[in-house]
Amino acid sequence: MNYNWSWGIYLQPEPGGTGTYLQYLVVGLGWTLATALAAWVIALAIGAVVGTLRTTPFPWIVRLGNAYVEIFRNVPLIVQMFLWFFVMPELVPKALGDWIKQMPPPWGSYVPAVLCLGLFTSVRIAEQVRAGINSLPRGQRMAGTALGLTLGQTYRFVILPMAFRIVLPPLTSESMNIIKNSSVALTIGLLELTGRARAMQEFSFKVFEAFAAATVIYLITNLIVVLLMRALENKVRVPGFIAAPSSGGH
Amino acid sequence: MGPGFDFDVIERSLPYLFKEGMVFTVTLTLIAMAGGIVFGTLLAMMRLSSFRPLSLLAGGYVNLMRSLPLVLVIFWFFFLVPYIYGALKGDGKPIPIGPWYSAVITFIMFEAAYYCEIMRAGIQSIPRGQIWAGYALGLNYWQTMGRIVLPQAFRNMLPVLLTQTIILFQDTSLVYVISATDFLGAAAKIANRDYRLVEMYTFAAVIYFVISFGLSYMVKQLQERIAVIR
Repeated sequence: MNYNWSWGIYLQPEPGGTGTYLQYLVVGLGWTLATALAAWVIALAIGAVVGTLRTTPFPWIVRLGNAYVEIFRNVPLIVQMFLWFFVMPELVPKALGDWIKQMPPPWGSYVPAVLCLGLFTSVRIAEQVRAGINSLPRGQRMAGTALGLTLGQTYRFVILPMAFRIVLPPLTSESMNIIKNSSVALTIGLLELTGRARAMQEFSFKVFEAFAAATVIYLITNLIVVLLMRALENKVRVPGFIAAPSSGGH
Repeated sequence: MGPGFDFDVIERSLPYLFKEGMVFTVTLTLIAMAGGIVFGTLLAMMRLSSFRPLSLLAGGYVNLMRSLPLVLVIFWFFFLVPYIYGALKGDGKPIPIGPWYSAVITFIMFEAAYYCEIMRAGIQSIPRGQIWAGYALGLNYWQTMGRIVLPQAFRNMLPVLLTQTIILFQDTSLVYVISATDFLGAAAKIANRDYRLVEMYTFAAVIYFVISFGLSYMVKQLQERIAVIR
């Protein structure tokens, strides 16, 4: 291959004047993590609620939950990004829409990206939570009823404490997915890690150095997430219960 | 969606959206599915091989692909393939290959890692006694795999393979980042030309939803039918 490698590029200043290219990329990682973490909070909250509601004995609530899941699962993430970024400000009342459009960068991209990624991931978590609850022996729910607990109490004291400990291992792959998926936010102008690697390639013409750095940073981040989640899993594991299998996807 | 919603722009651009965009998307999905399943099955066989270097190589590749965002992988191949092609073709100068071939190669290579994990589970779901029976009958490795293990693995994993293909269909929209004219790319081009972003992106979302939802409904039906046969 006829390619002039120059690994010193990382220590050269980037044209924006914020420091070296290495610093530029690390700040990108910061935005990746900030997006993923904020979206993760939204996704966990909504996903846990929707997933639980889908196991209740009320057919209309189950149907509503199913509809929610199907809508967010069957539209590509990048299209959802565009809907939040380009379409949503036009559909809300004009004053609010103008306010959203005038948010200074990077917040104008960050907020839609977090909302989009949060809701997109929430349906995957809802699926895991539902699978976790359904994997519990039916006897546990019956035992709750037999003890005279109301439906709410059965969920609060019997089903959910078990279910959340069971769904934790599949959530490892979801937390890696949310970090990877945050890269789609570059299409609405958020300069996260992949976006900055691409910008670095455009400024410096050092294609492979830029993408190699991003690759290494993603791999290290993944490794840390896996180790953290494994430690957490060991802590909350229910003895004798095998984790529900995680579904596919990226 | 008030009175300002312009259905006319959608109607005008239907031929472009479907004849250019959707044909690109569907062709890319089908080629990537076929190539991905072939390479994925080979990778799965390598991963399960008792020859350590082979299984380490395949495992490393699969884990690398699964750890990286698809957008980054698309960029990698978009810039890397011209260099490799140039090195193979002659003087080593990069030869541009355009977004179409770049997308095809990327999605085959990327999806192979995901199909590999599915096929690995499929192969492992076949009782080992069947493999020993194959060897006992005097079949070699390729005959045992080709005639006994893989046909059953495919059938057991068919719903999962198809579900992965629906995800692949949605993921092809990411070729937007290399300015390819897939369905979303076509919609984006019209949206920006006529300044009709609300209409075009809403329409794109509806079409993606209808197709993905329809396909996943069909996979669910198939799953039930297969379950009955077995």
